[in-house]
Amino acid sequence: MGELLDIFLKSIFMENMVLSYFLGMCSFLAVSKSVKTAVGLGAAVIFVLTLTVPINWFINVKILGENGLFGMDLTFLRFILFIATIAATVQLVEMVIEKFSPALYSALGIFLPLITVNCAILGGALFMVSREYNFVEATTFGFGSGFGFFIAIILMAAIREKIRYSAVPGPLRGLGMAFLITGLMGMAFMGLMGINPGLYFQ
Amino acid sequence: MAETATQTVPEKEPLFGKKERKLLIDPLNDNNPITVQVLGICSALAVTSMVKPAVIMALSATFVMAFSNLTISLLRKGIPKQVRMIVQLVVIAFLVTIVELVLKAANYPIWKQLSVYIGLIITNCIVMGRLEAYAMANKPWRSFLDGIGNGLGYGILLVMVAVARELFGKGSLMGFKIIGNTPDCLIDTTTNAWFGWYMQNNIMVLPAAALFVICVIIWVQRARNSKLVDIS
Repeated sequence: MGELLDIFLKSIFMENMVLSYFLGMCSFLAVSKSVKTAVGLGAAVIFVLTLTVPINWFINVKILGENGLFGMDLTFLRFILFIATIAATVQLVEMVIEKFSPALYSALGIFLPLITVNCAILGGALFMVSREYNFVEATTFGFGSGFGFFIAIILMAAIREKIRYSAVPGPLRGLGMAFLITGLMGMAFMGLMGINPGLYFQ
Repeated sequence: MAETATQTVPEKEPLFGKKERKLLIDPLNDNNPITVQVLGICSALAVTSMVKPAVIMALSATFVMAFSNLTISLLRKGIPKQVRMIVQLVVIAFLVTIVELVLKAANYPIWKQLSVYIGLIITNCIVMGRLEAYAMANKPWRSFLDGIGNGLGYGILLVMVAVARELFGKGSLMGFKIIGNTPDCLIDTTTNAWFGWYMQNNIMVLPAAALFVICVIIWVQRARNSKLVDIS
């Protein structure tokens, strides 16, 4: 239990997908203009990560692994199967959101299907493989990473809503400022594990 | 088939005219994938702490973009709209797998350093973004050029960021010492590099520094080109 809690907290704070590994940046920067849509996207990402990481664990170990369905090492097919799982799950999420919350569906617009190419989702699956988690750990890790993304994008959206009223130099408005804020937030999150650059480029 | 071929011959455009040139040049500055289209940022942050991986990443991404654009453009009339995303992703994943296997065989240490991020070319938004925006609606040759142009535009920014980060963070370029001293240089003064007073700035090695460097690049670019300024 302690280990699970460790993985959960780590994946939210110390190994936050967005602010520590800088994955999923594109939709993070694009959808964080208002808190409302940020909440919607964050929730969708939590759902997709919580589903896809365990499913991909199952595919990786039980189907492609050496002791899996075919009895040989097929892990070179990993990328294609992982991404197909993710695409299918995103399709499912899209249908659910369209049915239960049409307003959110139209607010998210193109960024809902673009969750498919959100690096954080595939990154979650690949980290799960390289860290050799078991099934329960993988599920916890998936949920934790999704929650980390959720927190990060809401923080970012809130800051950007406020900063719209400050006197920022013209060329820096919008995108430039978003980059700067993200960088500062990344450094703040780094403080959670102590400043140890060695962790980043082993 | 022969009829349609003869029909298209008279209106055939030059193989490398003005439009083709524009396809290659535009992404380098005015329509840069990273600073203007805001695509492919994740990988740009991750691999730019040193120049060498950045160059390799830029080359692999350019390869994947050029050939995925070409393939999708050739297939574009046969792909049903509902499954186009999966088809695109399968093509990209196939190409990325080739790149990864080649890199693993050719240069194992670099492969190890880039491990996750080469896989992440699949979800690199530029590749899929260009497929959606360009290759689905244009002819193969132009799509191919668009892929190369955007790959180079992405690559040039990657290398710029990597140069700044490696120079100020480690005092070296491509692994060769350029400026600043390491602690043991202070004892053996014969090996002093240029600007010996410069102390390496470890913050530049962290991914967050890439965001600051890109922010500065955006600032300079938009100050020079007011068309790009974001009013909202």
